[in-house]
Amino acid sequence: MAGGRGETLILQEKKSLNWGWPLAQLRKAIKNSIVILAMLVIWEAAPRAGLVNTTFLPPVTEVAAAWWQLLLSGDLAEHMGASLARSMGGFLLAILISIPLGLAIGWWKPVSEYLNPLLELMRNTAALAILPVFILLLGLGETSKVAIVLYACLFPLLLNTISGVKNVDPLLIKSARSMGLSPVSLFRKVIIPASLPTIFVGIRQAGASSILVLVAAEMVGATSGLGYLIQYSQFSFLIPQMYAGIITISVIGVILNFLLVNLEKRLTGWKQSYRE
Amino acid sequence: MTAKISIRHVQKSFRIRRSPGQHSEHQHALSDIHLEVRQGEFMVIVGPSGCGKSTLLDLLAGLTRPDSGQLLLDGKEIAGPDLDRGIVFQQYALFPWKTALANVEFGLEAKGISRRERRETARHYISLVGLSGFEHRYPYELSGGMKQRVAIARSLAYDPEVLLMDEPFAALDAQTRETLQSELLRIWEATGKTIIFITHGIDEAVYLGQRVAVMSSRPGRIKQIVDIPFQSRRNEEDLRSNPEFVRLRHEIWELLKDEVSRAQEQEKQKTLDSFGGKETLLKGGA
Repeated sequence: MAGGRGETLILQEKKSLNWGWPLAQLRKAIKNSIVILAMLVIWEAAPRAGLVNTTFLPPVTEVAAAWWQLLLSGDLAEHMGASLARSMGGFLLAILISIPLGLAIGWWKPVSEYLNPLLELMRNTAALAILPVFILLLGLGETSKVAIVLYACLFPLLLNTISGVKNVDPLLIKSARSMGLSPVSLFRKVIIPASLPTIFVGIRQAGASSILVLVAAEMVGATSGLGYLIQYSQFSFLIPQMYAGIITISVIGVILNFLLVNLEKRLTGWKQSYRE
Repeated sequence: MTAKISIRHVQKSFRIRRSPGQHSEHQHALSDIHLEVRQGEFMVIVGPSGCGKSTLLDLLAGLTRPDSGQLLLDGKEIAGPDLDRGIVFQQYALFPWKTALANVEFGLEAKGISRRERRETARHYISLVGLSGFEHRYPYELSGGMKQRVAIARSLAYDPEVLLMDEPFAALDAQTRETLQSELLRIWEATGKTIIFITHGIDEAVYLGQRVAVMSSRPGRIKQIVDIPFQSRRNEEDLRSNPEFVRLRHEIWELLKDEVSRAQEQEKQKTLDSFGGKETLLKGGA
């Protein structure tokens, strides 16, 4: 009970730190958005003033209208659904495979020494360069798209998990061992929590690349998805619609990153240092 | 007199490789350590850096095994790490993802104690080390001295027979160190634990120890054991200016003086060997 109270006290403290200064908060909000707003204004003004060709860069309000149309017609939801299903599928699958595998590889140091060069090589092989191979092997359907996302997510996750496990402070291990912990509980109670921050770096990298790679993959051979929408709109000369697709992807990327950063803060809040 | 801990003719050496490509060689860390620690005693081991103090502590903790000789706790050979010995490290070794309270509970968890009892015991020890009100702070929110208090509470909480302390106050500032020294004496008197305390500070050794074992430079031996006959340290206002304190301090300083300069020579040689291997080889050839 008292524990709960203490925690809420600390939470309140943190909140008051963040929200106690509405003026500072406002200033921060302005700082964060002013450049984007300025860019939107330029985007609106430049085509209207005839500085750029309206056909290739329509004013932002026209793009917004096209986006609204896509939303109303249900096309946007359909393409977004297809894209998200693929990228989240590959991303989650990669988490399920990479984290346990990385924990195991990191724990057995000799194994990781042998495997690391290969993993480095594969990570630096651009996923898109392998896309033709995937299409060849798995066809043009969903499987090859999920597979390419899986491939792109696998290596950042794997490498970060391995390095997380390998770089656990040896003193913590020594301290836990001195308390007679069995190898299994040592792993569960020390190794995993200690490597969580590094694992999260991998999760964030993987989250970003899951979307980047997917969109490109959808441009090559697909009949749905945001990548397809962009490509198709360009072919059909529906330029505002094309920009609407691009913006949707950016926003999804930002939201995904925001969610992951928040999850990270929640899980590894103990790592917050005096930086803030 | 029954010994709580007996260290009998313990030897330990390591295989080290000075620089890549060279053959590894044996280096004696400890040679023929012989020491008995009584039940409830505060034993301080003082020695120059690199004399194998920490190796000795690892042996007592059961983290490594001696090459020869025996280490006994209550007459039974130390077979491995266990909760009958608690260790306090210089760098605290707190789990950064756990609050102070959860850190103290850690050892109790390993002992298989129920959650409620764990919480109660942990709170008791947190207040024993004077940290009530900081139970839910994470280590990054605590000062060095507070972290070390948590670490001491953690080691005491699972009620070990012996507390092993490896230069626990070396990383703290002078004032915090003095406070924690007298706090430690208070805790020792309150709990009656046997404490083996390793340090390179002579003042600290004389202030804390009932006996001070002076170690030689590498390979570490027990050079001499000095009795510190103060009855109650905590009643004395300023023990450090007591003439007897000064005399004992000087005695240990005399014992250590040559060892320290020898240890520094060794350190220099080691640095030369690992960074300027070629030069020393040439010199050796000539």
